[in-house]
Amino acid sequence: MIYLDQAATSFPKPPQVGQAVVSALQTVGNSGRGGHELSLSASRLIFEARLEAARFFGSSDPSRIAFTANATESLNQALFGLLEPGDHVITTAQEHNSVLRPLFLLERRGVELTILPVDSRGVVDLEAIRRELRPNTRAVVAAHGSNLTGSLLDLGFLLGFCREHGLIVIIDAAQTAGWYPYNLAEQPIDILCFTGHKALYGPQGVGGIYVRPGLKLRPLKVGGSGVQTFSQEHPQEMPEALEAGTLNTPGIAGLLAGLHYVQAQGLEKIQQLEADLTSYFHGLVKEIPEVVVYGDFQAVHRLPIVTLNLKGVGASLVSQLLAERGICTRSGGHCAPLLHKALGTQDQGAVRFSFSHLNTKAELAETAAALGEIARQYGGKQHG
Amino acid sequence: MVETRVVITFQTTTHAIAWERACKEEGLPGRLIPMPVEISAHCGLAWLAAPDTVDILLERARELDLSYDRVVELK
Repeated sequence: MIYLDQAATSFPKPPQVGQAVVSALQTVGNSGRGGHELSLSASRLIFEARLEAARFFGSSDPSRIAFTANATESLNQALFGLLEPGDHVITTAQEHNSVLRPLFLLERRGVELTILPVDSRGVVDLEAIRRELRPNTRAVVAAHGSNLTGSLLDLGFLLGFCREHGLIVIIDAAQTAGWYPYNLAEQPIDILCFTGHKALYGPQGVGGIYVRPGLKLRPLKVGGSGVQTFSQEHPQEMPEALEAGTLNTPGIAGLLAGLHYVQAQGLEKIQQLEADLTSYFHGLVKEIPEVVVYGDFQAVHRLPIVTLNLKGVGASLVSQLLAERGICTRSGGHCAPLLHKALGTQDQGAVRFSFSHLNTKAELAETAAALGEIARQYGGKQHG
Repeated sequence: MVETRVVITFQTTTHAIAWERACKEEGLPGRLIPMPVEISAHCGLAWLAAPDTVDILLERARELDLSYDRVVELK
């Protein structure tokens, strides 16, 4: 099998990730639910993961990292916890539904929403933000990297603009945490939302949110906290303020192992290997006459994603035919509806090939050859 | 003679574990215990310290920017 759906979830996971999950299941209890050794072991493990995540993102304060189930939960926490009717928020047309759907719901509740456009390559026109400022603009929320095209935002520009105008910045790092070297001590990112199971190589069902010191969010959920039982209100101190209920301790143990793995590999090495793979695959498939590739391949940096279509062939059929050859890709809308509209692929969808540093050029050559065969067999006619 | 115990309480489990970790690294004696009911019936953890280490503990806590809630002497 050739797995090229790394942007959906990384596979295979490093063996130590699974081992850490199993070990947690067998050796720890529930954090904050007692003073006995099993409960304390869980609390220590979670603290270690918090510390490691904070270090990884360049923050010196582990209490500013709260664990969630995934980036979607983190983004919901950020947006519903921050915005109020009358606020104006700016986002982009490259966003995933994990940003767009909360924003559309908030818009129905009285939040004003502006969506920055993308060009024909799907690249966000960030300069347009200058024209969209309003007296009540409160925040900007944006994915650092597109899950559909692999394009990156100009983070430096965005952060500088938002600092200059006093806007809160929420970064969706679902695709970039574990790929890009964030340094929260230097970068004025107010909220960073990440998932554990993609480029951080952890298990599914664990993610996190960083909230800068001094910024308070209304919790998305309240309930059990392990402290202040007789108070009618959920504790307000981070990180417990955003962590009602029992945490996914085995998942967090796996995420900790994933963080260690990525640090041992080194982000620079991972980026370089993945850039080579992306460039190699792009070079092969662009020679197939029926192939249309989406995104900006002139950019110096981009995520390891190549998204394409075969003219006249539905993306789902291409993905299915590849799957029959043992090649795993993703077709459909990729939860990025506005970007598909901008690319003109809302009816056809697109086939996404996404790589990790563990993929090989031999796998990509085999995949490109399979795509060439499918193109010769089905391309140019109307299928699927 | 009644033994005096000094207990340091925390607002969150995270603060308690951060405290325990720092004390271990600094070689300061003590251990985490469930919140004594004499202090509060709330859940949570507290640091049981030897009375003669409290001053140095609090000094190091300030230096290390460790958070705690209250220092309570129990008899």
